[in-house]
Amino acid sequence: MSGNNLPRIRLRGLRKAFNGKQVLDGVDLDVMPGHSMVILGGSGSGKSVTIKCILGLIQPDSGVIEIDGRDVLGMSTREREEVLDHTGMLFQNGALFDSLPVWENVCFKLLAQKRITRAQARDKAAEALAGVGLDASVGDLSPAELSGGMQKRVALARAIASEPRIIFFDEPTTGLDPIMGAVIDGLIVDCVQRLGATAITITHDMASARRIGDHASMIYKGRIVWTGDAAKLGETGNAMVDQFARGEREGPIKMELRK
Amino acid sequence: MTLAPVDWVASLGRATLNLCRSTGAVVLFALEGLSHLVRPPFHPRLFLRAFMEVAFFSLPVVGLTAIFTGMVLALQSYSGFSRFGAESAVANVVVLSITRELGPVLAGLMVSGRIGAAFAAEIGTMRVTDQIDALTTLSTDPMKYLVAPRLLAAILAMPLLVVVADVLGVMGGFLIGTLKLGFSGPGYLKSTLDFLQVMDVVSGLVKAAVFGFIVALMGTWCGYTSRGGAQGVGAATTTAVVSSSILILALDYVLTEAFFAR
Repeated sequence: MSGNNLPRIRLRGLRKAFNGKQVLDGVDLDVMPGHSMVILGGSGSGKSVTIKCILGLIQPDSGVIEIDGRDVLGMSTREREEVLDHTGMLFQNGALFDSLPVWENVCFKLLAQKRITRAQARDKAAEALAGVGLDASVGDLSPAELSGGMQKRVALARAIASEPRIIFFDEPTTGLDPIMGAVIDGLIVDCVQRLGATAITITHDMASARRIGDHASMIYKGRIVWTGDAAKLGETGNAMVDQFARGEREGPIKMELRK
Repeated sequence: MTLAPVDWVASLGRATLNLCRSTGAVVLFALEGLSHLVRPPFHPRLFLRAFMEVAFFSLPVVGLTAIFTGMVLALQSYSGFSRFGAESAVANVVVLSITRELGPVLAGLMVSGRIGAAFAAEIGTMRVTDQIDALTTLSTDPMKYLVAPRLLAAILAMPLLVVVADVLGVMGGFLIGTLKLGFSGPGYLKSTLDFLQVMDVVSGLVKAAVFGFIVALMGTWCGYTSRGGAQGVGAATTTAVVSSSILILALDYVLTEAFFAR
């Protein structure tokens, strides 16, 4: 396989069960370098578990996870940490450290890796905050003093401050109004393009998926059921994806409601 | 509904297995936390913050507890010993009780309520809001960042707190002895110092360090393993305080047996 054809992230047969419930049931996925992949799926379909497995936050029961052709599940802790050094993650709720001011949150990874001093971190944080449209004065605030949209932007600044090669976005627009959601999507696209990073975004917000992704996959009952061009969402010819994209009640996807 | 004998045995077996599993998990957690104390990188700022929290901000509650305990002890022992004409032993009883037992145990219980609960609540909240996962994605080992500094801070801070508790507890007894019970100040102090041995103080300080470790361990463990949102964090906080309090009392007996049993 030539270097150009080597996926940055490759999943094969990824399986994970919790208390007997099969959440991932053989996930296969390739994400090529520089691509922005959106993983769609309903609540509980296994989207978050998939990226947590890639990040090493959850140990899968079986399967293969390769990053740049290297099997991360077989790596030592040190090797795994080296891989994580090149990744960034935007959590659904921001997951900002409320015991630290915003500037320290933004430069947390750089400080932890001793790549910069605390004095340099303030300047770097101001620069990163400007990149997501926030004033440098926000750096001295506590995360609790910020609105939801500002917290998301700070979390985005934190995720990209170390200039990672792979970035994960977990429901980046959840809980935001449509305008702020569009602003965050725009920032994500700008940041990913500027860094030349590979991105995986999980969402069930179709507008967000079309804005952020160049490719999309849909996960249903723990399996990837479709992968294709994100721009064609809603007109893919796949009944499941089209039902999901249009938000239609009738179709092959049945909600499991208790009567 | 009555359970058949085989159900009783099954229940007992399950409970025993769960206890073994939990104990093993806590021991592994403690060993991993302690191992980070000797493996760089270190987090001195976090250690200092935790140390201030345990040592300095616990001083008022530990000090007040010690001083009132010393006062009550003097009153009670005087009232009891007067039946045998042994009132002169009040100073000895106060200083021995405080340094050997009440200083470390009461300080441990007070710190358990204050610090154990705070550790469990803070780390538990970080767990349920993905902040601990975020640490991992930011190239930081949560055990090194959250657990190790707190363990070290509590182990080092508790003996200092107990020294203060010892002094204030004896002072409480001294105040009651001289102001209410009619002892002379120099006489009371002479009795206190003549009877006190180095081992009495040292055993109390060793107990304090062990109790500090227990409080920090149970606080961090319960927080780290909490699940299920606000209710889970609340349950973790309660479990941290209850379990560390029981362990303090049980280990107090074990350590007393080790130090003083003949």
